[in-house]
Amino acid sequence: MQFGLSEEQVLLQDNVNRFLSDNVPLERVRKYAEDGSDADIWQGLTELGIPALLIPEEHGGLGMTPMDAAIVAESIGYHVAPSPFLGSAIMAPVALSRSDNDYSELLGQIIEGKTRIGIAYGESVGNRNDAGVSLDNGKINGKSIFAFDSEANHYLVADKTKNLYLINADEEGLIRKELTTVDKTRKTVELVYQGAKAELVSSNSTVYDATLDIGRVMLAADTLGAAQNMIDQSVAYAMQREQFNRVIASFQAVKHMCAQMAADLEPCRSLIWFASHALAELPDESRVTACHTKAHLSEVGKSVSKTATEVHGGMGFTDLLGLHYWFKRIGANRQWLGAPELVREEAAKLEGLVA
Amino acid sequence: MDLSFGSEYDGFREEVKTFLKNNHDKAPSGRVIGESQAAQQSLDWQKLLIENGYTCRTIPKEYGGYGAEPNIIETRIIAEEFASAKVSQGLGGQGISMLTPTLLEMGTEEQRQQFIRPTIYGEMSWCQGYSEPGAGSDLASLTTAAVLDGDEWVVNGQKIWTSSAHIADWIFCLVRTEPEAPKHQGISFLLFRMDTPGIEVRPLVDMTGVANFNETFFTDVRVPKDQIVGARGQGWQVANTILGHERETLATSSMTLSRLNAVKDMMKQETVSGERLIDNPAYRDRLMKLQGREMAMRFNEMRILSSRLNEGQDATLARMITKLQGTELRHEVEGMAIDILGEIGLAYEDNPYLRGAGSWQSQYMYYLGLIIGGGTNQIQKNIISERGLGMPKEPKFEKSK
Repeated sequence: MQFGLSEEQVLLQDNVNRFLSDNVPLERVRKYAEDGSDADIWQGLTELGIPALLIPEEHGGLGMTPMDAAIVAESIGYHVAPSPFLGSAIMAPVALSRSDNDYSELLGQIIEGKTRIGIAYGESVGNRNDAGVSLDNGKINGKSIFAFDSEANHYLVADKTKNLYLINADEEGLIRKELTTVDKTRKTVELVYQGAKAELVSSNSTVYDATLDIGRVMLAADTLGAAQNMIDQSVAYAMQREQFNRVIASFQAVKHMCAQMAADLEPCRSLIWFASHALAELPDESRVTACHTKAHLSEVGKSVSKTATEVHGGMGFTDLLGLHYWFKRIGANRQWLGAPELVREEAAKLEGLVA
Repeated sequence: MDLSFGSEYDGFREEVKTFLKNNHDKAPSGRVIGESQAAQQSLDWQKLLIENGYTCRTIPKEYGGYGAEPNIIETRIIAEEFASAKVSQGLGGQGISMLTPTLLEMGTEEQRQQFIRPTIYGEMSWCQGYSEPGAGSDLASLTTAAVLDGDEWVVNGQKIWTSSAHIADWIFCLVRTEPEAPKHQGISFLLFRMDTPGIEVRPLVDMTGVANFNETFFTDVRVPKDQIVGARGQGWQVANTILGHERETLATSSMTLSRLNAVKDMMKQETVSGERLIDNPAYRDRLMKLQGREMAMRFNEMRILSSRLNEGQDATLARMITKLQGTELRHEVEGMAIDILGEIGLAYEDNPYLRGAGSWQSQYMYYLGLIIGGGTNQIQKNIISERGLGMPKEPKFEKSK
């Protein structure tokens, strides 16, 4: 019995952490917030093999496990790194490699970092506003909002019956517009389809479910990393900030805030490990577990990001310190691919508790 | 990741299952806490379990145990199978859970010979004399004094929260023997009979209505000099050899899961205004929220187990947080059951509308007790922040006037 990271997984995490520490300091995140390009970061992660992680070996990928991917997601979250990881390294590879179509060529381009595939799942997870798509004779009409990755070359679009379509970002009849959100570490777009050519990737709902489940676990892992960083920053700040002639880390009021954050977050690490392991190995449990993991990390992330900001006092509220990038990242992860109340209701349905 | 215990343990699990199948009808219902009042059935069951190695498994044969090599996985498999068969795993109580491992670690050969066998067979029951009215979270400031007079210690002072003191045969007790030494180095660990002249036990009824706790008073209680575990002044270390272990066992995930499942089952059966509780979205969401927390704690426990089996896997913080989080979660689970029942959730004692034999209310309060006991959850946060996160201790202050 071994419940934890293997030596190879520790090594993988060290490698990704080293690259991100060296190349994505807070200034780099701020620059992304201004100019909106993360191409160099993705290039670096590509050289580390990240887009190839989940792609099966027969397509030239590394054929690694969802747990390996979760470890990477955690590191990316820790550094609030801008990157198309969720779509290009996770959800699209899972969809394309399970499709009945042959996507070897496209998967090869993903591995080389030449193609980025965004995701437009809002309508299938929980339709808002007047968004929604319909396909007729290979032409797509309608609109997706808050689709992810503003620099993608293709988008994987889900409709409300769990069909998955692939559409080229340069396709005639597709209008892409950036949508500003509070999270400046990843950019989202509105996609308006006016009879643009689209290809059916899969009409098998299990393919869609597989992409959604793993996407949710990766967002939860991103929150785990981001929240861990906020705790680390809080403890470090409290150790050097002095008031009343003492470091504030010596006040129980502050210590107990930090202890509560750690006590809430530490079990989440085991939850992520189990949930990501279950995706590959425990099909009976994996769907429910993915929902609970997404919801639970959303709740813990919310309280950690609030508490950590409070530990920093007035500085926590400033742009200067930049702590807010983590706060907003965690806030965005909470809403994407299903807010906690919706995801918990899905868990209840999967368990057969609701008709 | 490898979640299985390995096929080499399949045979062992089968043995346990077979034992349970053949013998479960001999088991008493429920775990017996007050050892000296243990009915004959419990004592017979305890004997059978020891002989088969299903309790006191690693206690050496010469002290009456089964004498198996320590094996975490075997211990775990036994616990899992007994839990799933809902069969008692033998006697509990602080003599077996705390004193016996302490004697094995720190006792003299004579002490082990004298005490362990009757203790594990339920013939000698114990209470624990640690806390005092003035020494709770700051246990090391205890003032119950023992002064050597010839060949005897003379004990004077008062203990509180002494569970089962009214029925115990013996007490293991922390006393101050070196008043001049720094507080942690002036304590000794004594063992003495509860029928020694000068001991008075007064019951302390807790909020659940049960009088399991006591106040215990000592007036010139004379204790033979050699009934000390460890050296003079070493009592703090002796007590601490097993205190950390106690904390991790206060709210185990398997019990929390079984209680949560019981809440879920009740929500499928109980109705309010004709609607099943499980069909009410607000209650359902609350249940699902608790389920997420429960899962996180369950896997946290798997991680701790794994860290015991695999060298180099660190789970320090994961262990430190279990008492704080486990007791809070359990309290919430019990409280949820009360809330879904509404007014019926208030039913207690002989009320004909009682659900779950009244366990929801009593466990709800009992776990509030455990949030306070075993090192309050505020003390747990001090431990987490200081030893887990490396934050400094709060400076000491002069006594305020």
